[in-house]
Amino acid sequence: MKAGPVLGVLAVIVALWYAGAVWLNAAWTYDQAARNGTVVTFGGLLADTMAQERPVLPPPHQVVAEVWKGMTAYNVTSKKSLVYHGYVTLVSTFSGFVLGTLLGILMAVGIVQSRTLELGMMPWAVISQTVPVVAIAPMIVVLSNSLGFGDHLGVSNALVSKTIIAAYLSYFPVLVGMVKGLRSPDQMQLDQLKTYNASEVQGFFKLRLPSSVPYLFTSLKVGIAASLVGAIVGELPTGAIEGLGARMLIGSQFGSPIIVWAALFAAAALAGVLILLVRALETVVVRRMGVRG
Amino acid sequence: MKDTMAQPVIEAKGVNLVFQTGDGPVQALKDVNLTVGKGEFVSFIGPSGCGKTTFLRAIAALEHPTGGSLTVNGMTPEEARKKRAYGYVFQAAGLYPWRTIAKNISLPLEIMGFSKVEQQERVERVLDLVELTGFGRKFPWQLSGGMQQRASIARALAFDADILLMDEPFGALDEIVRDRLNGEVLKLWNRTGKTIAFVTHSIPEAVYLSTKIVVMSPRPGRITDIIDSPLPKERPLDIRESRAFIEIAHRVREGLRAGHGDE
Repeated sequence: MKAGPVLGVLAVIVALWYAGAVWLNAAWTYDQAARNGTVVTFGGLLADTMAQERPVLPPPHQVVAEVWKGMTAYNVTSKKSLVYHGYVTLVSTFSGFVLGTLLGILMAVGIVQSRTLELGMMPWAVISQTVPVVAIAPMIVVLSNSLGFGDHLGVSNALVSKTIIAAYLSYFPVLVGMVKGLRSPDQMQLDQLKTYNASEVQGFFKLRLPSSVPYLFTSLKVGIAASLVGAIVGELPTGAIEGLGARMLIGSQFGSPIIVWAALFAAAALAGVLILLVRALETVVVRRMGVRG
Repeated sequence: MKDTMAQPVIEAKGVNLVFQTGDGPVQALKDVNLTVGKGEFVSFIGPSGCGKTTFLRAIAALEHPTGGSLTVNGMTPEEARKKRAYGYVFQAAGLYPWRTIAKNISLPLEIMGFSKVEQQERVERVLDLVELTGFGRKFPWQLSGGMQQRASIARALAFDADILLMDEPFGALDEIVRDRLNGEVLKLWNRTGKTIAFVTHSIPEAVYLSTKIVVMSPRPGRITDIIDSPLPKERPLDIRESRAFIEIAHRVREGLRAGHGDE
């Protein structure tokens, strides 16, 4: 029964999408008919708008077919396989997510422990998020290519730049969530530790850190989706030939919206899976921490 | 009582405490003089803002008097804290939801560096003491409010402090549970011989539990009356219908009224 509303909304979206596809693709059909001197019937219009090779808006079944083809028609190591491109994006999403999460947690710890760090870092962290990532991404790509970190680490420079961009987007939600979480213990709990003569470090590990766990997971869910966006954006200006972002770029350069849409869907599905993974991890951790639910 | 007061456990002489607030200074305690002997059960009663909690917090070195002298076991409150002189029970149980009851009780022991074996022994012992034997492996949410508060008392007892400071520990519990826990606190006090300082809003609670009742009044927070209770150490619940009990309760009420009279 829980699926009811979701499926209802999905049905509405699909219906609107089909209507939109007929409406937006009709111009091409009429152009072709005028050129060939034929008359377009209503049935002909429907049939043609559903099956154009370069539709303005590809209807859902064309996108689904393209995704399916991308996943099954080729060897998974082939450059034509969506699975391959998805994997490339996934790797940089993960590396960026891990880096961003570590960075966010470390900065949050510093900010909570030191007023100076809070005053010095917090404004820059906020400013960093107001810079459009599409503006900063090409610079990161150029810099990491010329500095050649990847060569030292034994990975591609493209992976390094994508990791940095993904981390750039994902550290912020983690930072904000962790600052809030590490500050969540109330005065009574802090006083209580004082009565035990507990040190700052003991208070941090025994009270602040465990208290922050629920906040951390909320942030991780936002962070992993942001990482994915970062990885994809990082694939756009690299002249990259791999990854879902590169796939979108190729689709748009070759005037093939179906490929763009298929890559978009693959990215959305990937985001969903990643968020489910974080949620599963959360369930395990929360259960191990003995909290109800 | 006098014979046990060779070395006072808590001694306040002319204690003043002024909070600096945005609206100017607020006198939370004014000229508080009090001596508490070993093994006494002293209650602080008064309306909100009378400084009873502030005074308890000053004993625990959570607040710092701005004048006068306050000693705990002959030391400053800070020194006493470092010597683990007291356990503090707050109004809310404040158990960590991610720790079992046993692990919650061993929290202060971990912080103070007791060995694993000793932690276990002590946890078992204080669980017995508050009659929560067998509940060590439960998580806080699996226990009722009253049981959680008992666990928090056990936690305060775990490191064998001689003084137990309790700040309205049963304030959030219903009357029936409160009655039972009052009885248990008395039993605990009888068995362990600890000195207990207990902040409360409730006149019957103060009279039922205490050997000494300190009546306080607000603006500025000060002591208006100190009553040494003539009630015996053994106190069944029905002592609350006795003549002596009613007379003390009456005197407490008078003290509270007097404190309000000069507002």
